[in-house]
Amino acid sequence: MVFFKTQEETLLPKIRLSHLQKAFGHKKVLAGVDLDVYPGESLVIIGGSGTGKSVTLKCILGLLTPDSGKIEIDGQDIATLPRKEREKATAHIGMLFQNAALFDSLSVWENVAFALLQNKKTSRTEAKKLALQKLAQVGLKKDVADLYPADLSGGMKKRVGLARAIATNPDIIFFDEPTTGLDPIMSDVINDLIVSTVKNLGATALTITHDMKSARKIADRIAMLHEGKIIWMGTVKELDKTKNPYVKQFIAGSAEGPIKMEIKADKA
Amino acid sequence: MRLRNTGFIAFITLIGHVLLNFFRATGELCLFLGETIYHCLTPPFYGKALLRQLIEIGFYSLPVVALTTLFAGMVIALQTYTGFSQFSAEGAVAMVVLVAVTRELAPVMAGLMVAGRIGASMAAEIGTMRVTEQIDALSTLSTNPFKYLIAPRVLAGIVMVPVLVFIGDILGICGGYMIGVYKLDFNASTYLINTWEYLKPMDVISGLTKAAVFGFIITALGCYNGYHSKGGAQGVGQATTNAVVSASILILIFNYILTELFFNV
Repeated sequence: MVFFKTQEETLLPKIRLSHLQKAFGHKKVLAGVDLDVYPGESLVIIGGSGTGKSVTLKCILGLLTPDSGKIEIDGQDIATLPRKEREKATAHIGMLFQNAALFDSLSVWENVAFALLQNKKTSRTEAKKLALQKLAQVGLKKDVADLYPADLSGGMKKRVGLARAIATNPDIIFFDEPTTGLDPIMSDVINDLIVSTVKNLGATALTITHDMKSARKIADRIAMLHEGKIIWMGTVKELDKTKNPYVKQFIAGSAEGPIKMEIKADKA
Repeated sequence: MRLRNTGFIAFITLIGHVLLNFFRATGELCLFLGETIYHCLTPPFYGKALLRQLIEIGFYSLPVVALTTLFAGMVIALQTYTGFSQFSAEGAVAMVVLVAVTRELAPVMAGLMVAGRIGASMAAEIGTMRVTEQIDALSTLSTNPFKYLIAPRVLAGIVMVPVLVFIGDILGICGGYMIGVYKLDFNASTYLINTWEYLKPMDVISGLTKAAVFGFIITALGCYNGYHSKGGAQGVGQATTNAVVSASILILIFNYILTELFFNV
C-alpha cells in the first residue's frame, strides 16, 4: 500500500491531536501528544506497555476526557462539542478491542449486527443477512453465526470483533493490539484481514500495537509513543534506516538502551 | 513533644483523607444516580432489555421472597401469641400479623433478599462487562451504556419489587393464618374477619412505597458498583460485596426514614 498525500489532505487530517495531555493522579500518561492521521492512511502507534497508547485511543473515542489539548475529527474539535454532537462525531469510528469485547449474552450475529439492531432502522432478518455478509468478509462461515462468544477461540473472537467493527461501514477504524494473545499464524491472518478490510472500506485506520511484525504489515506510517509523547514518526522504510536510539531499541526488542522499563505495573 | 505533634498531624491527615474520600464517593454516587434517573425518563427505551429484567427480578425472585415472607408471617403469629397470651390479648394476633407483615416484614425481608440475589448479580454482570471492555464497546457502537444497561435494570427494580412485596404481603398473612388456625386453634372465620377489619389501605401503600424505594436502591447500587469496578476478577468480587452490603444498610436506614415520614406521631 502506498500512501499519497494530496494538497487537500495535508490541509485537513482525518484525526488531529494537538498537545493532548492526560494524567491519572500524579502519573502523567499523555504529556502532550501531537499526531495527524490523514484520510485513507493506516497509522500504527508503537510503544511499550504503559506509554499511553490505549489512553490515546480512549480519549479520541470519548471514553476518557483529556486534561488539556485538542482532538479534531474532520476538523471538528470534539472536546468542545456538546454530548449529543460528540456522540455523532464518534459514531462513525469502529473499534476492535484487545480481547474483542464481544457481548457474551448475545449470539455472534447479534454481536456483529448490534449497532444496526439498536438504531432500529433495520429489521432483524435484514440485520442478520448483513451480519452474515460481514462474517464472510472476515472468513467465518454461516454456522458460526448462531454460536455464543464463549464457544469461540481467540482468533475467531478477534474476527467477530472485526466484523462488528466494520458492520456500519465506518470511515475510521481503531485496532487495539489486534494480534495480542494469538499464535503467529493467526496473527498474520488477522493482519491480512485488517489490511484488506481497511482497503475495501477505504477507511482511515489507527492501530496501537507492540508487535513489530504486525506494525510493518499494517502500517503506511508508524509513530512511536514514549513517555506520553510521539518521539518518532515515519514510513516502514524509514523505520529500518532510523538512527533514533529509542526506535532502534524497540525494533530490536533489546533490554539495553535508552528506554528503561518501569518494573511497576501501570495501566497502559 | 515533637513525636506527639507529628502523630497528631498524622491523625488529622487521616481524618481528612477519610472525609475527602467519603465526600468524593458520595458525590460520584449522586452524579451516577442523577444520570441514571435522567436516562430512565428519556428515550430511547430498550423494551426487550426491560422485559428481560422484569422477568429476572420479578419472576425468578418469587420463590425466595415467597418463602421468607411466609415464614416471617408464621413466626410473628407464634411470637405474638406467646407474648400477648400473658395479658389475655390473643385476639390481637391477626392485627399484629397484618400490621407487621404489610408495614415492615414483607418490604424489608423482600428488599434484603432481592438485594442479595439481584444486587449481587447486577454488580457481577456489569462489573465483568466493565473489566472486559464490553461497556466501552457499547459506547463505540453508538449505544449509551446508561440507557442500555442501567435504565432497564433500575426501572425493573422500581416496578417489580413492589409486586414481589404485594405477593409477600398476601403470603405473610397466609402464614399467620395457618399458624393461628392450625396451631393456635383460632376460629378460622374470626381470624379472617379480624384481619379484614384491621386492614387499612395506608399500611399496604406504605409498604409498597418502601418497596419501590428499595427496588431503586438495590438496582442503582448494584449497577453503580459494577459500573465503577476495576482490576479484574478481584475488582468484580469487591463490587459484588459492596453492592449487597451498601444496599442492605441503605434499605434498613431508608426503612426507618420512610416509616417516620408515613406514621409520624
